[in-house]
Amino acid sequence: MSQSDSPNPPSAGTEIKPAGEHTSDQDNPAVVSRRWLLLKAGIALNGLVGVALAVPIFRYLLGPVRRDSYYNSWVSLGAADNFPIGETRLVSYRNPFTRSWDGQTDDIACYVRREGSAQFRVFAINCAHLGCPVRWFPQSQLFMCPCHGGVYYADGSRASGPPERGLFTYTYKIVGGELQIDAGQMPTLSNTAKLVQIATPGKDGDSSCRG
Amino acid sequence: MSRLKRIYDWFELRLQLEGPVGEVVLHKVPRDTASWWYVFGSAAFTLLMLQIVTGILLALVYVPSGAQAWNSLNILNHQIPLGWYLRALHGWGSDFMVAVVFIHMAQVFLFGAYKYPRELTWTVGVFLLLATLGMAFTGQVLRFDQDAYWGLGIGVFIMSRVPWIGGGLVHLLLGGPVIAGATLSRFFTLHVFVIPGTLLLLALVHVWMVIKLGINEWPMPGRLVRRSTYIADYNKLAHEDGIPFVPGAFWKDLIFSGAVVAAVAVCAAVFGPYGPGGQPDPSIIQTVPKPDFPFLWIYAVLSYLPPSMETPFILVAPILMIAGLLAVPFVAGEGEKSWHRRPVAILALASVAVAWAVFTNLATFTPWSPHMNAWSGDTLPVRYLEEATPLVRQGAVIFQAKQCRNCHSVGGHGGQRGPALDDVATRMTVDQLRFKVVSGGGNMPAYGKNLSPPEIEALVSFLETLHPKGQSPAIDAAQQAVENAAASPPGSQGGTP
Ligand code: FES
Repeated sequence: MSQSDSPNPPSAGTEIKPAGEHTSDQDNPAVVSRRWLLLKAGIALNGLVGVALAVPIFRYLLGPVRRDSYYNSWVSLGAADNFPIGETRLVSYRNPFTRSWDGQTDDIACYVRREGSAQFRVFAINCAHLGCPVRWFPQSQLFMCPCHGGVYYADGSRASGPPERGLFTYTYKIVGGELQIDAGQMPTLSNTAKLVQIATPGKDGDSSCRG
Repeated sequence: MSRLKRIYDWFELRLQLEGPVGEVVLHKVPRDTASWWYVFGSAAFTLLMLQIVTGILLALVYVPSGAQAWNSLNILNHQIPLGWYLRALHGWGSDFMVAVVFIHMAQVFLFGAYKYPRELTWTVGVFLLLATLGMAFTGQVLRFDQDAYWGLGIGVFIMSRVPWIGGGLVHLLLGGPVIAGATLSRFFTLHVFVIPGTLLLLALVHVWMVIKLGINEWPMPGRLVRRSTYIADYNKLAHEDGIPFVPGAFWKDLIFSGAVVAAVAVCAAVFGPYGPGGQPDPSIIQTVPKPDFPFLWIYAVLSYLPPSMETPFILVAPILMIAGLLAVPFVAGEGEKSWHRRPVAILALASVAVAWAVFTNLATFTPWSPHMNAWSGDTLPVRYLEEATPLVRQGAVIFQAKQCRNCHSVGGHGGQRGPALDDVATRMTVDQLRFKVVSGGGNMPAYGKNLSPPEIEALVSFLETLHPKGQSPAIDAAQQAVENAAASPPGSQGGTP
């Protein structure tokens, strides 16, 4: 901008121009010259290296995507006799898949309802709508969700509100008097029951959950 | 020549910035654009700088570890001198930035500034908006408290609804099978490296285009944008009736940006930092998760959708919204810029603004959520029980104990999920009340299995007393007639054939 009036030669506006004007036939892209060929070779080499690197990088990025069986395992919820028949209890377990820096986030809660001497229902804590923690009210025998007002009956079936289905349930077994559940993942519609239509009330809480 | 000038020249010879900077500073802009309406973009950029600086300062202390993040935030709040203030600055800066970006977008839309040749500027702007919202969401996750944990859970549940690849997406989002340390690490990476890097790059491209294409002229009714003539028209306007960008227009940018940063500083000092809330321990379930301010409207929308519409809506609506925004300059790239002659645009903007405000407002008091403690925390006003019979009193006890109040308010207290019951007896007869209690319907669970017949009887007798003084409860006219007929011998009333 400023045309310096100063007598000093090194002032603004003095540009040291690269020798850009000295073009020759060899710089004409239309001519297959040695320098253009080498440039293309350079691009090709970088492309090749890039693709070769992309494979391990993508493999690394997709590392957490695993089959359910990789994450899940049987977890003990303690002696089956700790759970009185006809009652629903809140318990928590340590998620089987942990890292040492997980802190408390691996302490997962669930509800255990004992319906008979060997009949249980173990419900995920997550509302089947969008996963908020449902709360059990023994007085009215209802689960209520604090987020959007989903309500479930004692057997986990949908009572009202936005959830499309009943609570997720864990598969369980009793080994040596201990109640064990197949746990390891956050139960969601993609790893448990897929999408289900709302069935008749009282019948839609039974799909097994491998979460 | 002064020593200062010599130093300046020494640097200028090496940097050679005078030319390009001078070009930017002195480029002519149409006189009318030196307006207070044109200050939001620069304010958003200033806030981005503030966020970068405060973010780096917070990263000096913050520990992005599932086990320690929450602790480090509390140490920032309580032990590091002025740590709370830096957190507050970053938090308020974020709210201001989201707000200013939205206002900027609305203004650009209103002034038709997205039209030819500024379509790409708008497109980049849409991605800047998305990146800004992405920063707000990932920032909420880094707070790593209960809200962050369950907010992530909602994200997971939304992801899981994607057909086919939902499960894989969930694992990718979480970095594992559950919300844990790996999840926080990847949100840290997004919040600190990926999104801000993209944001900064796009912001520079955006500003580059604003400088190269010139600031949008003030819209005049009747001055139409045509591809063939616009650039020549604009150049004429800028040169014949233009002023250099600095200082004519830029002083307003400077003052507004300064005022906005000052507002952030004052809000931070007065209101302090946000959270962290309860610790991220998912076995503590006594929590009512809520998203941060920019996402409250989504929270509201999700609770009003009918269940069957939800999955399609969640998966398709965001795509449609983004596609809609991106399409704006390509659908209406020419023509009228003035809001005086764009009723559809005004109507669209007004509807979006009103809908947003309504949903956000609703989400601040969440009428759709049961009040989880109302049954034990909110007492029944004494006046409702002054003349109560033992049966009615028993009903009132059941009404409290069975969590009815979590959804139904009485005397102004209790949940708002269901209707308030202060005058329910005037709306429903005894039989209707009993039927509703037993079989539910709508958003009401059926209590038939959960209450014994005597309990239902007591509850209904209590509900029957809920009517204003001097207004009698609803009656079943047909039943009344039958009862009257039975009570009085036939013929005594006359007129019966
Ligand atoms: S998360 Fe439970 S109702 Fe929405």
